[in-house]
Amino acid sequence: MKTVIVVGNGMVGYKFCEKFVAKADKESYQLVVFGEEPRVAYDRVHLSEFFENNDAERLAMAPREWYEQNNITLFTNERVTDIHRKSKTITTLSEKTLSYDYLVLATGSSPFVPQINGVDKEGVFVYRTIEDLEDTLAYADKIRKKVERPKAAILGGGLLGLEAAKAVMDMGMEPHVVEFAPKLMPRQLDTRSSKVLQVKLESMGINIHLSKATNQILGNGHIIGMEFNEDDVLNVDMLIISAGIRPRDELGKSCGLKMGTRGGIVVNNKMQTSDPEIYAIGEIALYNKMIYGLVAPGYEMASVAVDQILGDQDTLMADEIDMSTKLKLIGVDVASFGTPFMPAEKGHSIIFENKTESLYKRINVTHDGKKLLGGILVGDASDYNMLLQMYLNEMPLPKNPENLILGSRGGEAVSFGSAMDLPDTAVICSCEAVTKGQLCCSIKDDGNESVKAIAKATKATTGCGGCKPMVEDLVVETLKSLGKVVKESICEHFAYSRQELYDIVKLRNITDYDELLDEVGTGHGCETCKPAAAAIFASIYNETANRQETIQDTNDRYLANIQRNGTYSVVPRVAAGEITPKQLLAMGRIAQKYDLYTKITGGQRIDMFGAKLHELPLIWEELIDEGFETGQAYGKSLRTVKSCVGSTWCRYGMDESVTFAIDIENRYKGIRSPHKIKGGVSGCIRECAEARSKDFGFIAVEGGWNVYICGNGGANPKHAQLLVEKVDKATATKYVDRFLMYYIQTAPPLTRTAAWLEKLDGGIDYVKDVVVNDCLGIVEQLDADMQHLVDTYVCEWKEAVENPEIRSRYTHFVNTEEEDESIEFVSLRDQKMPKAWA
Amino acid sequence: MDIGLNIQEAVKPADIKVWFKAAAVSKFPKNGGACVKYKDKQIAVFNFTREGTWYACQNLCPHKMEMVLSRGMIGEEHGEPKVACPLHKNTWSLKTGEHLNGDLSTLATYPVKLDNGFVYIGFSE
Ligand code: SRM
Ligand SMILES: Cc1cc2nc3c(=O)[nH]c(=O)nc-3n(C[C@H](O)[C@H](O)[C@H](O)COP(=O)(O)OP(=O)(O)OC[C@H]3O[C@@H](n4cnc5c(N)ncnc54)[C@H](O)[C@@H]3O)c2cc1C
Ligand code: SF4
Ligand code: FES
Repeated sequence: MKTVIVVGNGMVGYKFCEKFVAKADKESYQLVVFGEEPRVAYDRVHLSEFFENNDAERLAMAPREWYEQNNITLFTNERVTDIHRKSKTITTLSEKTLSYDYLVLATGSSPFVPQINGVDKEGVFVYRTIEDLEDTLAYADKIRKKVERPKAAILGGGLLGLEAAKAVMDMGMEPHVVEFAPKLMPRQLDTRSSKVLQVKLESMGINIHLSKATNQILGNGHIIGMEFNEDDVLNVDMLIISAGIRPRDELGKSCGLKMGTRGGIVVNNKMQTSDPEIYAIGEIALYNKMIYGLVAPGYEMASVAVDQILGDQDTLMADEIDMSTKLKLIGVDVASFGTPFMPAEKGHSIIFENKTESLYKRINVTHDGKKLLGGILVGDASDYNMLLQMYLNEMPLPKNPENLILGSRGGEAVSFGSAMDLPDTAVICSCEAVTKGQLCCSIKDDGNESVKAIAKATKATTGCGGCKPMVEDLVVETLKSLGKVVKESICEHFAYSRQELYDIVKLRNITDYDELLDEVGTGHGCETCKPAAAAIFASIYNETANRQETIQDTNDRYLANIQRNGTYSVVPRVAAGEITPKQLLAMGRIAQKYDLYTKITGGQRIDMFGAKLHELPLIWEELIDEGFETGQAYGKSLRTVKSCVGSTWCRYGMDESVTFAIDIENRYKGIRSPHKIKGGVSGCIRECAEARSKDFGFIAVEGGWNVYICGNGGANPKHAQLLVEKVDKATATKYVDRFLMYYIQTAPPLTRTAAWLEKLDGGIDYVKDVVVNDCLGIVEQLDADMQHLVDTYVCEWKEAVENPEIRSRYTHFVNTEEEDESIEFVSLRDQKMPKAWA
Repeated sequence: MDIGLNIQEAVKPADIKVWFKAAAVSKFPKNGGACVKYKDKQIAVFNFTREGTWYACQNLCPHKMEMVLSRGMIGEEHGEPKVACPLHKNTWSLKTGEHLNGDLSTLATYPVKLDNGFVYIGFSE
């Protein structure tokens, strides 16, 4: 029995254990792991998610029981303090002594904290462990109580620093990134791309300070600011240091292993240190004179060490290590791969920059134009995976390499092949080193026909997750190549896509969910198919959510958006944002009476928050008396049609946008669809109503209206595309009628118009063909279907307050009139808000 | 104030000391739930009409400690009856209370019986 001791239970130490137990014979080896942190190894790469959900367990690489089940002795909260190479033993802080046959050092690194005067002040943090985050959050809470919008600085404008900046912004603080270099992400980006990124980040509210050397942290006890120069001071309430990492190499140093001049334990390509029985892997290992601060190389090192220890001498670390990276979480795409910037003698660069759209793309190709050497993407990294594969696999480039970043222009075939064109050896998931060949085998031979099943079998996508889109493509394409129909069935209860279900419901005239389930489904349904079916019934029969209330999503069931504390919001329709003083007064009176928090929404209307369930019918009754209708803010249905003032007031207006917007909003109100739909009407191309960011938009131009469709805000903003130009209102409306109806009938559940268009074969030209040229011969039907929806509109809140049975649903308890006493509000700027989540 | 926000213990048939008469069967929507108050407890009671079964569990969602589960949608996953929280759609087994799409804590479940058109919930105290 040989003993292998692993020092460090971080990401790489854990990966070593996982790979070791998968390969080693249980009888011959005993694995002992020491980790200094109180928790079992967790996913540091997704550390920032802790800010969102405060859920440490969710980040764990494997639960504690996993170690037991695999016969691994795990000590957490236990630092190894000494290595005695002669006796081959280690000792720990609590004075445990253990002997080893092999020792694996996976102690990772710690944040580098520059020696600035005052860095030890209260309110200065680093960003590495869950405890760091807990401390940061606690401090942030404290200062938020004192300062309205506290400022937080991040020292370091690298990958991690920007991630931290986004995190503090989400915590409600004003972020300031302070970088020593004259550009952001100096290791990954060139000056121009860094500038593009900077402008974009600034527009998101992240302040950037470049070329700043911090002399001093100011404050008496706790931080109040940073001093760069005598009269160059930035006042901040908190500071997170993210200025690089330093390997935790103290153990190696004290036991005399060979070290790098700037730290790190030197290893060879077997991951052995200068003592052949001691291995070092992950961020502690200095390989090829480099520390690799990424998980993928660390995981590969773990693999090599496992094989070496188990006697497979052939597995060696590759000479060249890929350092390509894609920035996550921050709300703007940034990626760099291969050699991102390169001297002119090595090749030439193709650069595309569009400042107004915050886009920058650069690829570096060899002089002969045959191979990709590297590149940078800012603003849109959707091609990152494919470009990375071309680079890694040295694939031949198309004749016009610029097409790789510009897309093909002028009728040429699309330059990108599909993921299927990659060689089998292409590593798709670099974190887990899974190749395309392995993925395809897993799909074909082992029947893992979904991303979920593949992730379980191969672990692909479970690291940073960046390869997920490519794995999805591979699944679909491989199944297609096997002649299997790739069914987009909506859930385990229906083997149909939403479009198929829509047709079934319509053709067979099915009106009840239970009937649908009995006729074409199995089992008892779930939270996926119920609301999808509800939307289909609504789109076909225009029935309100009141009839089959238990298949509705919670917001539809109670005709109101549920809020953080289980109370609801109330949003009356204010078509096109036009509201009379009398209506404003009425709304104000009602909000005051029921003590509701009020806010102007991003959709040009007024939201009243904090209504208890039993108050909803009372509030709506009063609103309806004042002439209001429901605004369907809760439904997957028409929300708002945003409008500018147009020619009635504006000196530039080409036509009356408000009138048109009101008509359109009233036309489509109440219509249920696969996802919500929003419209916009602008009186001229200055576009104050942002019509081109809406699902449908009209812009008045000389000679008529331009019609745009499939724009989207949200997490993946997309500008709308031009459907037709210079048509009159009636024609514009007719085309949008048809487009909406076609979308409603064919889109998968919860797919916005932009995502729908993206997946639609033929794109916008095809939509034009359907709605303008009637290539499918269905426009008459589409027109009739839409007219039916328009003609059968009812205000569902009116229905709810007038019908005693529906009204009786609005109580918290069924057995008493009492209120739910667990609801708590706190005050906020003269109004109220729900008590914060713990 | 921590009314009812403390952890609830599941009640097994053997522990039942009280059958609490909650409300008439007609008060509970088909294939849906409603909330019942018993002492300082809030109980979500579901009328799973398709299965012909009734279930009861704590109304408190362990995710963010909100009293909302009775307003959740019910359904089934590979035969296991479940409830989805209306706030973030976490799902729990209605039979065992086990969290199905993660490892949040288990819901306390309670026995339910019908008698003469009324719904009764079993409590140990
Ligand atoms: C109230 C409001 C924010 C505000 O204070 O201004 C808001 C609030 C919510 N938005 Fe929004 N959105 C609001 C305008 C917007 C806008 C701006 C706009 O409409 O011009 C957008 C971007 C434009 C767009 O939709 O394309 C927007 C993009 C989203 C998204 C992302 C959709 C996407 O396609 O990615 C979601 C999530 C979703 O729907 O799945 C969302 C979801 C939500 C929900 C419903 C989340 C939820 O389920 O609880 C929020 C409900 C609050 C409530 O109870 O009322 N909200 N939301 C705005 C209500 C407008 C209104 O009058 O109805
Ligand atoms: C916020 C954040 C975001 C990141 N994002 C990415 C990303 O998108 N992509 C990417 O590839 N990488 C990313 N990284 C880097 C990645 O997390 C690291 O490369 C990886 O965690 C390194 O693993 P490791 O096991 O070598 O070190 P660690 O995960 O740091 O583990 C080392 C462990 O050893 C313990 N230890 C140290 N000394 C001792 C001792 N003497 N005795 C016992 N235990 C000891 C430490 O406490 C620690 O738990 C990110 C890092 C952070 C902090
Ligand atoms: S969903 Fe909309 S309203 Fe809610 S937090 Fe996100 S952006 Fe704000
Ligand atoms: S509060 Fe129930 S799932 Fe989040």
